Amino acid sequence: MSELAVGNIVRRVLHIIREEDHSNTRDAVEGFRLSVGGDNDYIVEQDHLNLSVAAQSSLCRPSLHALLERSPDSATTYFTATTEDDSEEKRKSLDPNARSLEFRRKVISAVNDLIEDINTCHLVIAELAVEHIHHNEVILTFGRSRTVKEFLCAAKEKKRSFGLFVAEGAPKYQGHLLAKELAARGLQTTVITDSAVFAMISRVNMVIVGVHAVMANGGVIGPVGLNMVALAARKHAVPFVVVTGTHKLCPLYPNNPEVSLNEMRSPSEVLSFEEFSDCMDYRIGTGAPQLHVGNPSFDYVPPELVSLFITDIGGYYPSYMYRLIADYYSSDDLVIQQKPAS
Amino acid sequence: MDPRRASRTVSDPKIRQVGFFAPPPDRSFSGPPDPISTSTPNPAAATTTAAAANTSSPPPISDLSPSGNSLSPVMIPPPRHSSDTTHRPVPFPPVSPLRRDTLSLTVGSYNNNNNNIISSSPTASFYDESKGITVKVSPTPAASSFPGGGFDLTAVKASSVPASGLTTVSVVKTLPPGFTEKVGGSVEMQNDLPANSKPLKERTSKAERRALQEAQRAAKAAAKAEGSKLSATTSGAVASANAKPTKATKPSSQKNDSATVASSEKKGGDRPPEKDRKKDAPHPRMQYDDKSRVEKAKRRAVVKQTEARNRVELFRHLPQYEHGTQLPDLESKFFQLDPVHPVVYKVGLQYISGDISGGNARCIAMLQAFQEAIKDYSTPDEKTLTRDLTAKINSYVSFLNECRPLSISMGNAIRFLKNRIAKLPLTLSESEAKAFLQSDIEQFISEKIILADKVIVKHAVTKIRDGDVLLTHGSSSAVEMILLHAHELGKQFRVVIVDSRPKLEGQLLLRRLVGKGLSCTYANINAVSYIMHEVTRVFLGASSVLSNGTVYSRVGTACVAMVAHEFRVPVLVCCEAYKFHERVQLDSICSNELGDPDAISKVPGREDINYLDGCTNSENLQLLNLIYDATPSDYVSMIVTDYGMVPPTSVPVIVREYCRDQVWI
Repeated sequence: MSELAVGNIVRRVLHIIREEDHSNTRDAVEGFRLSVGGDNDYIVEQDHLNLSVAAQSSLCRPSLHALLERSPDSATTYFTATTEDDSEEKRKSLDPNARSLEFRRKVISAVNDLIEDINTCHLVIAELAVEHIHHNEVILTFGRSRTVKEFLCAAKEKKRSFGLFVAEGAPKYQGHLLAKELAARGLQTTVITDSAVFAMISRVNMVIVGVHAVMANGGVIGPVGLNMVALAARKHAVPFVVVTGTHKLCPLYPNNPEVSLNEMRSPSEVLSFEEFSDCMDYRIGTGAPQLHVGNPSFDYVPPELVSLFITDIGGYYPSYMYRLIADYYSSDDLVIQQKPAS
Repeated sequence: MDPRRASRTVSDPKIRQVGFFAPPPDRSFSGPPDPISTSTPNPAAATTTAAAANTSSPPPISDLSPSGNSLSPVMIPPPRHSSDTTHRPVPFPPVSPLRRDTLSLTVGSYNNNNNNIISSSPTASFYDESKGITVKVSPTPAASSFPGGGFDLTAVKASSVPASGLTTVSVVKTLPPGFTEKVGGSVEMQNDLPANSKPLKERTSKAERRALQEAQRAAKAAAKAEGSKLSATTSGAVASANAKPTKATKPSSQKNDSATVASSEKKGGDRPPEKDRKKDAPHPRMQYDDKSRVEKAKRRAVVKQTEARNRVELFRHLPQYEHGTQLPDLESKFFQLDPVHPVVYKVGLQYISGDISGGNARCIAMLQAFQEAIKDYSTPDEKTLTRDLTAKINSYVSFLNECRPLSISMGNAIRFLKNRIAKLPLTLSESEAKAFLQSDIEQFISEKIILADKVIVKHAVTKIRDGDVLLTHGSSSAVEMILLHAHELGKQFRVVIVDSRPKLEGQLLLRRLVGKGLSCTYANINAVSYIMHEVTRVFLGASSVLSNGTVYSRVGTACVAMVAHEFRVPVLVCCEAYKFHERVQLDSICSNELGDPDAISKVPGREDINYLDGCTNSENLQLLNLIYDATPSDYVSMIVTDYGMVPPTSVPVIVREYCRDQVWI
């Protein structure tokens, strides 16, 4: 449950497939409804969602499985328009195998687009950097995020000179790596410990972080310690900006996120086994271990603490994030059912 | 009462100029004492010398010049105590018998307390353990000397009472506080009474005139140089004050003077200038972006420190040195360092290496080192004990400050000691005076630190209930004592220890608590949001509590307090009252201590992530290792002190009523 992005992508793919299907049905419906026209060249998009819904209601919806397999007797056509006047005839005339093949091809190409989007989201986001970072600003970041790195470097490219504090982000200490990379690129960076965040944040203009996942309510799951940073930022009225690609947007609502959406790592990262091997054996009266070590991996930041989301489709306020879910996910896919083993 | 401007006077050092009439040695204090004693024709000499005295009239403190008869122009704040402050009653709250040792405190009788404290050796060892830090300076000599000291104390007191009436030296406030040309200046110097500052003292007429010229010259230069200073005049005054003693007589004294004065302004311990007028503002501490000051301080420095090459711009006003460079250098000079007593030297080395850390431990180690130094001290000819000893103490203090900037607790203790030295009745012989001082120090340690800790523990354990989950940050001696005591009382609770880099002091505390049988949870400070869900109380220690209620403590404390506040968990800060200070601070930048940046780049035990090895010298990359941070008072629910459990807003009240003027009630 911790790697939410995986679930996200699965749902995205499912959504793509459904969308493809809907668009086909939509086209079919349109084709049926309309006379020969060139309106079949419109590719799968949400603006015709209502049509596809109508199509859905009028036609029996095949299961996804059936969509990808040959589904001969469905009235739906699997051929998205390729702007032909006689497309509808053509469609009707294709045999089911070719139709399903075509459908799969379409899905594959859409999935490839998705892959491309994910790979390049940070570039798109970085283009927005120049709007948010100005001269002589001091920015604080936490841990290491590739999106943030590109974001900051893009601002640097535009000749904005700013200072940077990097909190190291124990126990992974990815902040060290980020600081090294950024210093190599010419940014003025200072590495601080996580405990010094409150001390330094009074001199910071903006906090920019990358996160692990964005939840449906606008809250974020980030590296452990992020909540502390967000609280300090709110106390000092410093904007807390989250840069993220839309593939991290998860349609789930966080219930008890510290426990359910967290992952506990090895205590040895926090407390060295060699030094404390003698303490490990102590037991209290009931036989339970006397010494516990907690090493959570993630932290939940509630949406009230986040000032802004910068995504590859623009900037949004946390309370708006739930809207984007409808763009990317189908409601049927929200809960992924486990198929009973048979 | 108006401090009168002191005119330059010269007097033969052998003739005491009495500037201040000591009130009769009864407790009741009658108003501002008449500043001009009968036998004093000339008011205080060096205006700038003023220094110390302010409040308590330390007599010409620490004058190095043998000829000096500098009557420190002294402020005359109405001392709330009789001239012989040792007589003050001890209004300690009656201590209910603690499990560890039964102490029956009777007001006004030090002997009982002392004996009780010392006789129960578990106390001494308990104290040691609870500190959890190996204090290499053993407390036993102090312990052994104390009962004797205690008795001596009373004897001395008795004998000194009548004497105090005659000798005004101890209470010399030479006339009017030396409000030098610059009002602030003398104030500064006075404050210097505490810790580092080199109280100025008397000088010959020629020296005085020379000094006055120098002062004016230096004041001009300083005023120019310190454009950035908060108050140019005060700093100028300070500079002038510095200059004065500098030009006084001996070069050595000059060195110490400027060094100490310079160091006195360092952020280290600050002594609220004892001003006669309570309204005087403390002069600003030394800011390290002032080149002239830094240069001067460097020239006088005993410890050679090379400045760090990669300095964080925001902290230019704080000293930043290359760590690790002084230790071998100092070690080699161990036998050559005449001005510094070997015990003090040892303590300084321990500070540098980090063997002693923690406000209480450092303060006690320093005081005990001073006890040793006083024991070995002998007054050179032609000098008075008080002045020479104060000068020596100043030099030790500046040395320690160079090893590691003074903590606020140390600053307060030094102020106390200097005050004591200044108040020594003149009629005491040298050995008596030394014994007197040693017992004073012992008393300070036992009352203000050890006893205070007991009182704090007694108060705080009432706040621990069965089933509590208590969170603490780092390793505080007071909190550790509370937890152990509560465990002994049989309360069932869990402890969560939150630790922060780079010192990782929580691990030491963890080991000690687990060894004693408490069930503990350990986490990094990043996990505090995760852990805070199950926490019921937060106990924090402090290096100091400032007058605006800000808690000045180990870095990371502010984060913990903030998250606790967010989760509606009460935060209790446990701090002895001697650590309170008049200073105010809004954030952690204005005053702090910078540690070794290499400690950040190295992560012990995790070789796979040493990304930053060798990167400390890259020009774009800086490592910042803050030692302290300031927690705003709104995050603190309650402060547990030896004066009781008070809200953060009561701290300036305690400072004013109990800690000012070195009353130390």
